[in-house]
Amino acid sequence: MKYLSEYRDPELAKKYLEEIKNTVSRPWSIMEVCGGQTHSLVKNGIIEMLPDKITMIHGPGCPVCVTPLNLIDKAVYLALEKGVVLCSFGDMLRVPGSQKSLLEAKAEGADVRVLYSPLEAVKIAEDNPDKEVVFFAVGFETTAPANALSVVHAHRRGVKNYAILASHVLVPPAIKAVIDDEESKIDGFLAAGHVCTIMGNTEYHPLSATYKVPIVVTGFEPLDVLQGILMVVRQLEQSRSQVENQYARIVREEGNPDAQKIINEVFEIRNQVWRGIGEIPDSGYAVREKYAAYDATKKFDVAIKEAPENPLCISGQIMKGIKKPFECSQFGKTCKPTNPLGAPMVSSEGACAAYYHFSGMVEA
Amino acid sequence: MSENKKLRMQLQCPMPKLDFDVITLGHGSGGVLTNKLLDSGVFDLLGNDILDERHDGAFLELHGKTAFSTDSFLVSPIFFPGGNIGELAVNGTVNDLAMCGAMPRYLSLSFIIEEGLPVKEFWEILVAIKFACERAGVQVVTGDTKVVEKGKGDKLFINTSGVGPIHPKATIGAKNIQMGDRIIISGNIAAHGMAIMSVREGLEFDSEIRSDTTNLNHSVIGLIEKFGPDIHLLTDPTRGGVATVLKEIARSTGVGMDIFQKDLPIDDQVANACELLGLDPLYVANEGLFIAFVSEARADAVLAELRKDENGRNAQIIGSVVKEHPKQVILESAIGGKRVVNMLPGEQLPRIC
Repeated sequence: MKYLSEYRDPELAKKYLEEIKNTVSRPWSIMEVCGGQTHSLVKNGIIEMLPDKITMIHGPGCPVCVTPLNLIDKAVYLALEKGVVLCSFGDMLRVPGSQKSLLEAKAEGADVRVLYSPLEAVKIAEDNPDKEVVFFAVGFETTAPANALSVVHAHRRGVKNYAILASHVLVPPAIKAVIDDEESKIDGFLAAGHVCTIMGNTEYHPLSATYKVPIVVTGFEPLDVLQGILMVVRQLEQSRSQVENQYARIVREEGNPDAQKIINEVFEIRNQVWRGIGEIPDSGYAVREKYAAYDATKKFDVAIKEAPENPLCISGQIMKGIKKPFECSQFGKTCKPTNPLGAPMVSSEGACAAYYHFSGMVEA
Repeated sequence: MSENKKLRMQLQCPMPKLDFDVITLGHGSGGVLTNKLLDSGVFDLLGNDILDERHDGAFLELHGKTAFSTDSFLVSPIFFPGGNIGELAVNGTVNDLAMCGAMPRYLSLSFIIEEGLPVKEFWEILVAIKFACERAGVQVVTGDTKVVEKGKGDKLFINTSGVGPIHPKATIGAKNIQMGDRIIISGNIAAHGMAIMSVREGLEFDSEIRSDTTNLNHSVIGLIEKFGPDIHLLTDPTRGGVATVLKEIARSTGVGMDIFQKDLPIDDQVANACELLGLDPLYVANEGLFIAFVSEARADAVLAELRKDENGRNAQIIGSVVKEHPKQVILESAIGGKRVVNMLPGEQLPRIC
């Protein structure tokens, strides 16, 4: 497939790596914000190929990892106790709640289904009018338009037995929170290409200007990531701090206005709790009052008590780039992909799971 | 299943006229209905001297070292592009025996049917079983049929067990793996798993992705005949795919392996489907594929021979056994980076973005 092979060309990769090596003169820490980029770095073995002076820090951009524990508990509760058909993207299923994961709820008889699109969930609701269907609407700005569309679609078709359990997180406030953290040591950012496909780049200019950090909007194929890193390093070496667009074949400065419109129709910005990090102001989406009938937190009585996180898990420090996974005392010992203490060990995009696989640790 | 194959089956094996359209609990009771179901076709279709004795068990003539294997088959949907659960059940056990260097001879065949299965579908599966047995040269010699209540099964589960004598020239075993051994894969990876996924997800591509389910015994025995002791280990990367199988071997034998992404054969459509669904083809199931660990000296000859076989046209050497990093499988990515290949903690789950 052309669009795959041409962004995985080994010769070009070598050239980018050479260019990065020739450009870098001192140590830099670069955060790739998006879990998809972490995945690409690990899957393609890029981290080991980079010069030692460049440290990649895996940011909070794994939506699975930052979904609050309480919301997972709510999803499990809805599936097990309220008998709803709980639909979700695949990798949410294994994330541990305070008692159990959705996968375990499924094993206990809950109707939990893996879908690729929330519109499928609306179809399930239409086909099963006697059942309540809830879509676990997780993700960054990238998945927000489809999730919003499912609500509008259900509303237009008069589907009353459909709701979403929304846990949307927004990238720019998270970047700001990471930079504001006193312990943070990030010199530059790879911004998430797919998020910018939807939202555009405008939100990043003030961040870059205020904090004087380079932000390069970057794609996900190996060559994208390498080029993104090179662009950040060039800026750093030249003491520049601008927003640049590596992913120009997809991302327009203004983003996708239609997608933004549908997000605005259904969602409004609110404070959001990020698992492992805490509450970040204006960093999430809540379903607007107009569509309250499709908001699972309002439709069902889901007053689940906040459960404490596992005190041994340092996921917050990991996601802010303060500590590396192997600096955690539990890493690979009590905390493994089959027994994750916290979310970054769950998803293949999570920093801890990525390191675990990369380190070649073997589970007994 | 291709239309031609289907037509041939219908012409050769017309469905018997029955006074029931769906299978009910009574068909598993052991009484009149069970006999009616079996007499209506199973014995005619699969019949042979041993099965026709209709005893509680089969009387077999087996001499020398013998391989024995069992497998259960639960696939949803039971009909998929490229086959159905019936031929899968025959090929699965036949291939497990072949991976032992054995010549599969006899199979047991057990059905657990969920009531409500249309007889027409059951017949089509039986016919597929018959043809799969013929292709592999095996006989069904004993079997069982049980029916469970609606909702307690997923249409149809099949278990097959099989036995067959080990080929005199076969020396297959993990302990035979040597440093420098080449790892040969017999064809394109991930086809079966993606055929099933594309049906489940309702995905359509330029051309249909078909399961690779087939019997590998003739191909494997051909290689053993010719190369005997140079074939050190054989394995079929079914559940968990190529990555899981290689990692299992590395773990149990303590050897290290290097494999190269650029050499992994994969069909474009299958690669596209994997990208779309966020799945890694290295972990996707195969049903008509084997991996051979072959002596370094003879690897090219084995590869050339295998490529002449219809099941080996796309065969490739994908890597080798190495001294470095014992117990680890290291994959060199398309761009030359290296990563550790591990087992998955559970089922492969599609990623959000």
